Amino acid sequence: MITYLARRILWIIPVLFAVSIITFVLMHAVPGGPWDAEKRLPAGVQARLNAEYGLDKPLYEQYIQWAGAFVTGDLGPSYRSRDRRVNDIVADGIATTVQLGVMAFTLSVVVGIPLGIFAALGHNRWPDYLSTSVSIIGIATPSFVLAILLVVLFAVELGWFPTGGWKGPQYWVLPTVALAGFPIAVIARYTRASMLEVTRKDYIRTAQSKGLGNTSVVSRHMIRNALIPVVTILGPTLAFLVTGSFIIETIFSVPGIGRFYISAISTRDYSLLMAMTMLYAFAIAFLNVVVDVLYAYIDPRIRYS
Amino acid sequence: MATPTAVAGRIARPRATGLWRDAWGRLRKNRLAVVGLFLVIALVFVGVFGPWLAPYPYSQQDLAAVFAAGGGPLPPLSPGHVLGTDQLGRDLLSRLLDGARISVSVAFVVQIVILGIGVPIGAIAGWFGGRLDNALMRFTDIIYAFPDLLFIILMSVAFRETVFGQALDGLLLVFVAIGLTSWVTVARLVRGQMLSLKETEFVEAARAIGVADRRIVTRHLLPNGIGPIIVAVTLGIPAAILAEATLAYIGIGVQPPRASWGSLIAEGQKFIRSEPHLVVFPAIAIALALVGFTFLGDGLRDALDPKLKGKQ
Amino acid sequence: MSTVDDTMTDPASPTIIEVSPEDARKVQVEANPKPPVDPRTEKLLKVTGLSTHFFTPDGVVQAVDDVSFDLAYGETLGLVGESGCGKSVTALSVARLVPNPPGRIVAGDIIFDGIDVLKLDQDEMRHLRGKEIGFIFQDPLTSLNPTLTIGYQIAESIRQHMGLSKTAARDRVAELLGKVGIPRAKDRLNDYPHQFSGGMRQRVMIAIALSCDPKLILADEPTTALDVTIQAQILELIQRLSDEFHTAVLMITHDLGIAAGMCDRVNVMYAGRIVETGTVDELFEKPRMPYSWGLLDSLPRLDDIRGDRLRTIEGLPPFLVNPPDACRFEPRCRFARDVCRQDEPDLTLRGQTLHAARCWATQPDGWIP
Repeated sequence: MITYLARRILWIIPVLFAVSIITFVLMHAVPGGPWDAEKRLPAGVQARLNAEYGLDKPLYEQYIQWAGAFVTGDLGPSYRSRDRRVNDIVADGIATTVQLGVMAFTLSVVVGIPLGIFAALGHNRWPDYLSTSVSIIGIATPSFVLAILLVVLFAVELGWFPTGGWKGPQYWVLPTVALAGFPIAVIARYTRASMLEVTRKDYIRTAQSKGLGNTSVVSRHMIRNALIPVVTILGPTLAFLVTGSFIIETIFSVPGIGRFYISAISTRDYSLLMAMTMLYAFAIAFLNVVVDVLYAYIDPRIRYS
Repeated sequence: MATPTAVAGRIARPRATGLWRDAWGRLRKNRLAVVGLFLVIALVFVGVFGPWLAPYPYSQQDLAAVFAAGGGPLPPLSPGHVLGTDQLGRDLLSRLLDGARISVSVAFVVQIVILGIGVPIGAIAGWFGGRLDNALMRFTDIIYAFPDLLFIILMSVAFRETVFGQALDGLLLVFVAIGLTSWVTVARLVRGQMLSLKETEFVEAARAIGVADRRIVTRHLLPNGIGPIIVAVTLGIPAAILAEATLAYIGIGVQPPRASWGSLIAEGQKFIRSEPHLVVFPAIAIALALVGFTFLGDGLRDALDPKLKGKQ
Repeated sequence: MSTVDDTMTDPASPTIIEVSPEDARKVQVEANPKPPVDPRTEKLLKVTGLSTHFFTPDGVVQAVDDVSFDLAYGETLGLVGESGCGKSVTALSVARLVPNPPGRIVAGDIIFDGIDVLKLDQDEMRHLRGKEIGFIFQDPLTSLNPTLTIGYQIAESIRQHMGLSKTAARDRVAELLGKVGIPRAKDRLNDYPHQFSGGMRQRVMIAIALSCDPKLILADEPTTALDVTIQAQILELIQRLSDEFHTAVLMITHDLGIAAGMCDRVNVMYAGRIVETGTVDELFEKPRMPYSWGLLDSLPRLDDIRGDRLRTIEGLPPFLVNPPDACRFEPRCRFARDVCRQDEPDLTLRGQTLHAARCWATQPDGWIP
């Protein structure tokens, strides 16, 4: 168990390494440079800036310089504000982004799993139809469409929530719901399918043959077994939340790091791009490890083998 | 004197059918799957024949009508424009049909890329096993950890000015980029199939009578293993359509005046309170496409489930 | 403890609870005083005209058709037949465990211990299950919940029906595990099913079935999924425990050898019907139905000549949707005549005993003496 955990965590390092190389290469394959967005600078000024940021060196040297700084925790100089480091920019926004992600994840699980259980227990009756309808809406509506609809309906028309910003709990609602819409649907469907499969298992028949009441059978025997496979989709769900958050942050003007995404690419902000990619990749890899370990832990067949 | 043939004659038995006929029968009975199938067929039809079905070219502007009506987009059921127009007088129905064309292309091209990369890698990893398998699986770990949207955006921006990037109005680049980030699931699936089928008894039997390895793969393993792959491909299409729509919304990929449903929503956003049809209709189109493929994929998965083979 | 199989117990382990069977039963009787019953005249289980049908999209499958039998207290009755003949469904019907949909008991009476089972509501039925009727299923790997410890799964029944506290239940579980021959029972209470071998798992299932001292055990092919070497041990265990606790057993099997070794009486089922019934001696010495002959004949014998083909019954069992009103075995029967195709025979007596068969040919006025 411990060796498995250690091995998975250590494996993240080479993966991140490879990701950094690919990103670095791609980033520099994008034509243009960080100074293009500003007014046309005289060639001399540009050359001096390039030298200052080390952009005149060959690519592999730049990479080594970046990597060297990265492993000491230095995310590099910011290209947008001359006197700040990327560390500061990230520090400003990371808490918000993480908070949004955690809230959306919690909402997805807290709504999605019971919805799926509910649907399976009321198979082919109204709970099933209700839950399936909600799931259909969830998978049919891209997050940006859901965001637009939520803003129009609840913020503009009804005025219950603000349209953007992050100044208090009421600002959290719409972005979280918009981000969680799709995962709720996926988790609900998966849970329902898993429950229905468990219903057909022999050990449920054994539980019934013991004369156990319906609630005991369902809670002790069905749900426990049905939730184990559901854990496997939590990994991709988390990846979705990580990579999809930047759109929601952009639409709702949430002051996280996600909203810098698009602009970082268009302004060729190399250090910010590298930092964000590494952060996202680390989050995805790490969360996947957590999910895999969790899965191995809650299934006794794996835990004790 | 009773013989087995006489038995068959006298007491009715259900017809024995092959895997595909069984599956088709089960699929037909699944109402949601049938709905999905219709939606998919409709989408493909509209996507392929769109240019001929559209009342106007998707980029044709009718500024005169717009000015005549007061300067804003025309609402649905205006004369000559069943679904209305945008603020430049471009017929929404025609542009939706162009969007359908784009979505169908997404589905098609992305899955080709996925299969083209995923199947060989998965098959090689599964068949040869050992160090090669390990190396390939580590490689997929890297791809899997990559934040896909970022990679797609980077690629799209990086190669935007190249010939490749200009192909198909910028769409080919996006499709390939989406495919490059999505092949891992199929590869792992094919590898899993290969691993389990490799050890089954009928492969041993085929080997024992001297059938060549390559033949084993094509004539025995593939027909059995192909079911889950078909399901994965079908269920992977909504993800691709979603990715393309999201990218189009933020301005990556499709270039104007082409009308991906995602870009239509981006354009129509500012009129959402006065002329919601500009957002609603593309959103409905996206919804129908996503739902259609998802239901069909679910139905295929249930129909091809080997555990249900022969039952009911 | 005298009842533990020595080959299974670790002689070096001192941790088995030593309770004599009489003491164990005494606790039971004090907890649930049984009404006085004369085992010679009152039957534990009386099934009359039971029909269980499955309503499928392809038609109504008459899996069990007008089946009647009874079972005395403490008796071991065999239900023998090939796959698909309805023997499992019969057992499930007795405990009303037939999955609905698509199955349903459409006709008949089931009287268990004087109680009309079919008239009970769900709660009352749940009292019967586990407490009075124990079930041993065929595949112990899939029949045990993989995410709960075996100690918990055995205790579940005990706590549900006997209201024991957690600790008292654990003690009883350890005692039961010892009885079914699992060594170092106390240490293994917190183990999971996958940590046991196939034979051990089936012992756990037997422990579950016996946990509340039931009057009837329904054993559905309890050894089919096990190694041949383990089969004998499990069967012997079931026999010993049922003798010890005076538990009736309905033993379902396709294996005639098992039936011969364990049962007092045997019912042979074919295509949803009982086609012959009698004591083990009657059936094996003088079977009166061609299907039974085929079954017995198909068993390989030691004096068979090597290289000879195995003897089989030609043909396949009939499809049970809309079965014809004729003898269901007729298409495969060497002795069939016109009357067999026109009319289905009833279960009629042969000789002076309760030996009965469903065959025109072997009736007193038939063409096979």
